[in-house]
Amino acid sequence: MFENLTDKLEQTFKRLRGHGRITEANVAESLREVRTALLEADVNFQVVKSFTDSVRSQAMGQDVLQSLTPDQQLIKIVREELIKILGGEAAGVDLKGRQPVVLMLVGLQGSGKTTTAVKLALHLKKQQKRTPYLVSADVYRPGAREQLRTLCDDNGLPVYDSGDSDAPLEICRAAVDKANQRLCDVLIVDTAGRLQIDEEMMQELVAIRAALEPRNIILTVDAMIGQDAVNQAQGFNDALDLTGTILTKMDGDARGGAALSVRSVVGKPVLYVGVGEKADALEPFFPDRMASRILGMGDVLSLIEKAEQAVDKKAAPKLEQRMRKGEFTLEDFQTQMQAIKKMGSIGSLLDMVPGGRKLTQQVDMSQAEKEIKRVEAIINSMTIKERRNPALLNGSRRRRIADGSGTSVTDVNRLMKQYMEMRKMMQRMKKSGGKRRGLLNRLSTPFQ
Amino acid sequence: MAWKEGLFSRLSQGLSRTREVLAGRLERVLTGTNPSEEDWEALEEVLLGADFGVRATQRLLDSVRGPSSARAGAGAELLQQEITTLLKERPGIGSGRYAVKPWVVMMVGVNGVGKTTTVGKLAYRLRRDGKKVLLAEADTFRAGAIEQLEIWGERVGAEVIKHGPGQDPSGVVFDAAQAAQKRAADVLLIDTAGRLHNKVNLVEELKKMRRVLGRVQEGAPHETLLVVDASTGQNAVVQARIFQDAVAVSGIALTKLDGTAKGGVVLSIQQELAIPMEYVGVGEGVDDLQEFDPDAFARAFFAS
Repeated sequence: MFENLTDKLEQTFKRLRGHGRITEANVAESLREVRTALLEADVNFQVVKSFTDSVRSQAMGQDVLQSLTPDQQLIKIVREELIKILGGEAAGVDLKGRQPVVLMLVGLQGSGKTTTAVKLALHLKKQQKRTPYLVSADVYRPGAREQLRTLCDDNGLPVYDSGDSDAPLEICRAAVDKANQRLCDVLIVDTAGRLQIDEEMMQELVAIRAALEPRNIILTVDAMIGQDAVNQAQGFNDALDLTGTILTKMDGDARGGAALSVRSVVGKPVLYVGVGEKADALEPFFPDRMASRILGMGDVLSLIEKAEQAVDKKAAPKLEQRMRKGEFTLEDFQTQMQAIKKMGSIGSLLDMVPGGRKLTQQVDMSQAEKEIKRVEAIINSMTIKERRNPALLNGSRRRRIADGSGTSVTDVNRLMKQYMEMRKMMQRMKKSGGKRRGLLNRLSTPFQ
Repeated sequence: MAWKEGLFSRLSQGLSRTREVLAGRLERVLTGTNPSEEDWEALEEVLLGADFGVRATQRLLDSVRGPSSARAGAGAELLQQEITTLLKERPGIGSGRYAVKPWVVMMVGVNGVGKTTTVGKLAYRLRRDGKKVLLAEADTFRAGAIEQLEIWGERVGAEVIKHGPGQDPSGVVFDAAQAAQKRAADVLLIDTAGRLHNKVNLVEELKKMRRVLGRVQEGAPHETLLVVDASTGQNAVVQARIFQDAVAVSGIALTKLDGTAKGGVVLSIQQELAIPMEYVGVGEGVDDLQEFDPDAFARAFFAS
């Protein structure tokens, strides 16, 4: 996400760098570039205006003009201003108060309410040890209630069965009772999509709000949305007094200027971002990380978190020990690869590394993914014995493995050569590396 | 064309706020003996606010900024003409549509833009015109998708070809294409799963469906409509480009134009990718899908 905006800003600042010293004219020129980039990123034009005004006034101060590294100074100002607009610290949903705590999801048609409802429920269940209950108040769109029910069934979440009822308010009231009976402490209400200018439909939401007194009223905003983001956010906020927003479809390549627009126009925090179609593809929104991403500084923190989630904490120390002894087998290699795969596509991982974005543009990522699949197929075609003791692999075994994995003997040989080199490298690491520090520690230290 | 009075006024209503502001500013810019830089800036903001995008906005401004003194008083007409002219540069399929039987239409687009609803509305139009329509649900991923299309099928009187959840979409498409021939259907409408255009696997899946269709019936699909939500910003151009590369998009259906979004980005799609506009969705009603009319579209922006 945001990759194109990053490119634009980078180009602008590269040009600045060539000037050596920044003059007022340089600043004006680079700010025009920033303005264009933000507009192309679909940030609302009013927000862009106040943003560039603010950056300009700060940049004109003596700090930038007299600095030896004016481009760095300007980047710093732009970044800080971005964080300011995106909101101070990461916020979550409010789970205090009478149970069941009600979360109400509202938004336009197709903005991702139903998917988000399930993601949110799963998140609260797994991360916050809550027992969520869900209900769909969408009696209009054909298939809407089936969609929520199926998603809930798939993810082991209880959902209220409203039968043939076509009264959203009654459905919601009954769901609260049912949640109480089932001792569920959170109720997530998925509402029908509607335009913020549809008076009648907005009144329906106002009525549900009055009856259920939800602690959280969350607007789902499609990350691909354009200038209209502010109209929608304002319309829903005026009618319902939102408590926050969730940005959906952030796994697309939209530059996501809506994040900036909505945040600055309604002043409500972005709580989470939806980053995929799977039910666990919901992440907290961190303004500082987002700003770093926008400016191409990478998102190393997210990467480390993903790594920690993917790695089996109990197995890791054992693996490390074996690696140190030079006993890293193909079986371990297989486990490692599966852990990496859990973290996401190679491209998405590289995106989080500073400078990695350039790499993803130069290298064909689908090719890299294919290569990994090939390696996996080869290892999968080996017997457990062979994985543990690769020395067994003679010519006929290699031929069998090549046939079994749909590859050639050359492919198998190449993998074995790479594996041997890797093992040698690890043995060398063992001689020079510090013995006390764990692998994960070593990975994360430079960034702390 | 089929722009009913009610629909036009509904569309106009959505656009009225922009139109009033825009017309006012434009009047000032064009009739003032010496329009200020602020006036031009204000006009630029209005165009940007309608999602025309930086480049198209610049082009539109350049087009009226030059001859403004000579055309003083022409007001909004000038901009409206410019936009209409640009939109007309790339006409849609028009009368050639439904020349082949069965005429196969594939609906593609990112998640949540209204593909299934557009299939339903298009089916309604065709049924109203007495065509035999077959629907196919190739979205085997989204929960509730099959139910949603089935309800549309009942509503308009069209059979729905479907497989179970999680099945290969190409299998559905294959069966549907054969069924359409066997049942002598006039039109086969295929709904596909929403997919973000940067997901390579999912785009590959679309390519496969297209190949399968071509094998069952030469020349199919005859139309591949990219459904675009009117509130989408500049990313719509990126979407269009990738879908066009993958499955040769033949036209755009712009949905949800009854909201406050203006859909100005379609101008860029037409200009940069030469993909014509075919339909606009202007409401929730079953008959709220209309053929795109450049004059009406531009008029809805500027008519006072």
